[in-house]
Amino acid sequence: MSGEPIIELEGITKTFGKGVAAFKALRGVNLTIRRGDFVAVMGPSGSGKSTTMNIIGCLDSPTSGVYRFLGSEVQSLTKDQRSLLRRKYLGFVFQGFNLLARTSALENTELPLIYHGMDKASRREAAMKSLDKVGLVPWADHTPGELSGGQQQRVAIARALVTDPAVLLADEPTGNLDSERSIEIMELLADLNRSGITIVMVTHEPDMAEFAKTIVHFKDGVVERIDAGSKSDARREGAI
Amino acid sequence: MWTTTLMLALKEIRRHMLRSFLTTLGIIIGVASVITMVTLGQAATVDIEEQISALGSNVLIVFPIQNEQGVWRPFDDQDIIAVREQIAGVKAVAGTVNTDVTAIYNGQDWDTRVEGVSNEFMVARSVDIAEGRNFTEAEEEAGDNVCIIGQTIQEELFIPGVSPLGEQMRLNTVSCRIIGVADSRGIGGGNQDDDNSVLMPIKNVQRRFIGNDNINNFAISYDTNVDSDAMIEAVVGLLRERRLLLEGQNNNFDIVDTAEINETVSSTVGTLTAIVAAIAAISLVVGGVGIMNIMLVSVTERTREIGIRMAIGARAQEVQRQFLTEAVVLCCFGGMVGILFAFGLSVAAASAFGLPFIFDPFINVLSFGISAMIGVIFGYFPARRASQLDPIEALRHE
Repeated sequence: MSGEPIIELEGITKTFGKGVAAFKALRGVNLTIRRGDFVAVMGPSGSGKSTTMNIIGCLDSPTSGVYRFLGSEVQSLTKDQRSLLRRKYLGFVFQGFNLLARTSALENTELPLIYHGMDKASRREAAMKSLDKVGLVPWADHTPGELSGGQQQRVAIARALVTDPAVLLADEPTGNLDSERSIEIMELLADLNRSGITIVMVTHEPDMAEFAKTIVHFKDGVVERIDAGSKSDARREGAI
Repeated sequence: MWTTTLMLALKEIRRHMLRSFLTTLGIIIGVASVITMVTLGQAATVDIEEQISALGSNVLIVFPIQNEQGVWRPFDDQDIIAVREQIAGVKAVAGTVNTDVTAIYNGQDWDTRVEGVSNEFMVARSVDIAEGRNFTEAEEEAGDNVCIIGQTIQEELFIPGVSPLGEQMRLNTVSCRIIGVADSRGIGGGNQDDDNSVLMPIKNVQRRFIGNDNINNFAISYDTNVDSDAMIEAVVGLLRERRLLLEGQNNNFDIVDTAEINETVSSTVGTLTAIVAAIAAISLVVGGVGIMNIMLVSVTERTREIGIRMAIGARAQEVQRQFLTEAVVLCCFGGMVGILFAFGLSVAAASAFGLPFIFDPFINVLSFGISAMIGVIFGYFPARRASQLDPIEALRHE
């Protein structure tokens, strides 16, 4: 946990709506995520964890506060600039997998590279490498409809990894999976983290949060407390 | 990037083959009808021009009309001589009379018409001899029983491959010897078939078929360097004098200028073609609205996909380009199929109406260009809508 800070949030607020209907989703979030970290964000619904995730993921801008990404302030970037930042530095994994239907695992994995202007052969190669990381090379030609939920989420992870992002953002990655598949996915994420990838994950399942190194608890739009994940510690100790 | 966008668009179109086809049907019909209309219009123009040029170029046709009292005064030989001798620039003056007859050969009957003509008629009306010869001066002078038959007569009465030259054919009760076969004259004045005609020296026809020296009408052919208006003025002046018309009295004859007919008919057909093509173009616009409609449905259906693309870093302009490309590819596809349809339709319609088929690359390229443009215009709004989606909302879309 001693890496350089990748994500620094200082006094981030977010207000939805205006006037009497205004709703303060975030009331001053302060959070630092360092390179190599594996952060689980927890909290009841309405606590601001998803809003924070959207801001970290540059899908949304904060109302006020400072967001530094790799040392640069990014809170007031334009829509297009945020797109480019997502393209180069961020990888997304969603609860609903969000793969393109009737499109093979390989092509789904290739998708982000299209926006990097890569030629077809290089795209293929990078996508296969990424699918290899999640153990799905034999399933490369299958469409999401032909894959199990766990496999689909692996494809989504491969897609997020294919651009070598600085941070992998996972929003309830196990929300649509049974407990056995959930554990598989969490083990995969933990493995990826051990190989050096920074991960920020939103979850409402304490069991899953335990895989993370750091657990951030949200309540009423602020960070309530930060814990260390127990399984992660145990593993790390075991590994030493 | 462009090839990737294009591949993506093609893939998306293939994925919904039936829908894509139905969507482009409007464009297909629009393009096909515009091209077919213009092609047929051009064919009709060419056809009419050919028919009119069969009357001869630089030719005035003079015929009597009834005056206010309903009196119809024909021309005679003296009128023809006067025109020939008193007006400068006249090359040939050919009077003609005609009457319906029945031609009989080998026991076969055929309804036709006999035209009393001179060799000058052949010059003035551009009648060429396909086989045999023209009348000799002696034959003309004497009004011999010799004739030149039209193509239709040859086809209807004579055995194919056998030359009719030298054969005796009967017209009503008059027997005549065939000395020539005329080249096809096309369908000239009015709807009559000018090839269904027997040409005989005018004196013979006046004497044996009609019984007077009247001349129905005459054609004046004049030098190409003579202005047609000046020529008409000269002819009108001379004929008014000869027909003793006082100032204030209307002409009891009329003059038709073939060049003028040609121009009038061509421009009329051109105008009609433009109107019909414009009506057909409306279907292209309707087709464009169809494209817009289905693209809007597609954007709604694929909201989640748009969200995914935005999350992984697609900029608004890239999303917009993707949907715009899809619309343009759809329209281009419609344009191409429309051109193929138009080709088949034009060939079929041309042969059904007895018109020549003329392939005009310009209208085909233009229609294709317009269909691509319709893709841009009607694809813009849906593509713009797709690009303006909020990624967070789009990802939540069910």
